[in-house]
Amino acid sequence: MSILVNKNTRVVVQGITGKEGSFHATQCKAYGTKVVAGVTPGKAGQEVEGIPVFNTVADAVKKTECDTSLIFVPPPFCADAILEAADAGIKLVICITEGIPVNDMVKVKRALRGRDVRLIGPNCPGVITVDEAKIGIMPGFIHKKGIVGVVSRSGTLTYEAVHQLSTLGLGETTCVGIGGDPVNGTGFVDVLPLFEKDPETQVIVMIGEIGGDAEEKAAEFIKKHVKKPVVSFIAGITAPPGRRMGHAGAIISGGKGTATEKMKALEAAGVRVVKNPAEIGNAVKKALGR
Amino acid sequence: MNVHEFQAKSLFAQFGVPVPHGKEITSPDAATAWANELNTPVFVVKAQIHAGGRGKAGGVKITKDKGAVAGFVKELIGKTLVTHQTGPKGRTVYRLLMEEGANIAKELYLSILVDRDTGWPTFIASTEGGMEIEEVAAHTPEKIIKEAIDPAVGFQGHNGRNVAFALGLQNIEPAVINPFVKLLDSLYRLFMEKNAALVEINPLIITKEKTLVALDGKVSFDDNGLFKHEDVQKMRDLNEEEPLEIEATASNLNYVKLDGNIGCMVNGAGLAMATMDVIKLAGSEPANFLDVGGGATKDTVAAGFRILLKDPNVKGIFINIFGGIVRCERIAHGVIEAAKEVKIAVPLVVRLQGTNAEEGRKLLAESGLKLEVANDLWEAAQKIVKLTGKAA
Repeated sequence: MSILVNKNTRVVVQGITGKEGSFHATQCKAYGTKVVAGVTPGKAGQEVEGIPVFNTVADAVKKTECDTSLIFVPPPFCADAILEAADAGIKLVICITEGIPVNDMVKVKRALRGRDVRLIGPNCPGVITVDEAKIGIMPGFIHKKGIVGVVSRSGTLTYEAVHQLSTLGLGETTCVGIGGDPVNGTGFVDVLPLFEKDPETQVIVMIGEIGGDAEEKAAEFIKKHVKKPVVSFIAGITAPPGRRMGHAGAIISGGKGTATEKMKALEAAGVRVVKNPAEIGNAVKKALGR
Repeated sequence: MNVHEFQAKSLFAQFGVPVPHGKEITSPDAATAWANELNTPVFVVKAQIHAGGRGKAGGVKITKDKGAVAGFVKELIGKTLVTHQTGPKGRTVYRLLMEEGANIAKELYLSILVDRDTGWPTFIASTEGGMEIEEVAAHTPEKIIKEAIDPAVGFQGHNGRNVAFALGLQNIEPAVINPFVKLLDSLYRLFMEKNAALVEINPLIITKEKTLVALDGKVSFDDNGLFKHEDVQKMRDLNEEEPLEIEATASNLNYVKLDGNIGCMVNGAGLAMATMDVIKLAGSEPANFLDVGGGATKDTVAAGFRILLKDPNVKGIFINIFGGIVRCERIAHGVIEAAKEVKIAVPLVVRLQGTNAEEGRKLLAESGLKLEVANDLWEAAQKIVKLTGKAA
């Protein structure tokens, strides 16, 4: 068991003929992911490392029965690409692209409401179920099959946490990057219940950062619905207010969204909050009583 | 990206939001000429900096004397204003807005931004105009009115009426209800069409003549949407930005200057923030946030070094790279090459982890460069803090 993706997931890569798209499609395939199709308008008939390219996602779905999309399309065309995937019947859309205008995402999020499709991202590293499917840009080799479910707003900081978990021999089930943008498809509160239900996941690691109130909402949810131990780190306790810290969503505005507030909310919900990002792995060990 | 009040007001005018008759002024002569043209009993001269609290800092002058405006311009241009939003160093005034005065009967607050929770554009309004909205929200939350706009259909009349009646405009001044609804429609269009991140009018006034006027205006734009708007890009004022941040942007680096003395260079925004946090935990303060991105090369590392070393506060440098797709031995080559080009006189700690980290560390150790290599994040942070001495 795992969440969201597994060895049967059939992936179409949108923007597969671009530099990023072709590189990562190849990497995902090499990890063992079933990358069955690619899409670049006007390039049907080509192949990328043996993966057939189609003009539209609808064609790719018809010919290859792909159910999940991985998007590398440049920001100006990304809203269109996400909606195209949804219209073609794709059930899980994972958007890696960074730099999509917020107002584009406002419209996309509204258009997807009530439909049978989940969007992960944008501006995220993707999703990996260890030893089954890597659908994203994370380095596969740092992951080891194990018992920890990881959900995070960040990319390399997630790798840092995963590295600690793997080194300590704990390993991961599925790692989900929900992305650093202010308006995204899937939040902590959407992923937490999936890990809670997953029999393989014994501990959940949640990595948040400054900005917004997703961590506070997660704390509320954990208090009511999560029985499994949760370990959390919130990046940005030293970040000054009013400054965007790289991610579009990582900004303390109007005094709201500070790391301290988030840590307090999570601690009150029984979450083990670590202040030192180098201690994430050890905190998981402690949570397991090891 | 932020813009000046006069620029915000020109956008307001473009979208049909009523603003005082005004003009950007940079010289005393221009001020006198504009005063002669403006048919008004009261003149207002306002310093244009990207920070609030200008009035209290002496950056806003009001006069009935046409002859006084040139003097105000002389006084304000080149002056450094220190407000609660500028920090202790303050901001230098280079531009002014000169406009007609208004007869204020009532001040309101109005803004629009995306509510991150719902993902919908949302108006925030209050009868407590002229106050800081954070203060109002903290002390009298019942006075904050919110109205979310469904982005599928856009602004509808009832959205505007909901806000108008919740504010009690029917009791304050019924004549402005319809213009108010129209004003909200205009603001929504401006917000969506120009990819704004925040549009704020504080105060929005009801005049004694029973009209609405945006007496102040603040617009910030979503950086990711700027590529769509050449007109907005032209409004960028480099005087309002940190010179090192401008240089970093030109090298495709994401840099934010802070006040500590350990410079840090990291790949990825989340890890960059975590690195700052770990420096603080180890007993010092970070000098900056610097994300070199996923494709760090010799050139980006060299550009990073140059920027970090231009900050006189930097007493040591901490490079923290988690190699994913980027391979650590290439980063190591980058550091070695860059260190040859840029003279580094401060202690340097390099922590490499992830793809080919072992090879990278070996290269650095054998390079003959004066630096410390580390595997672990906490070990590395403690090393750099020890080498530079704890914060005073």
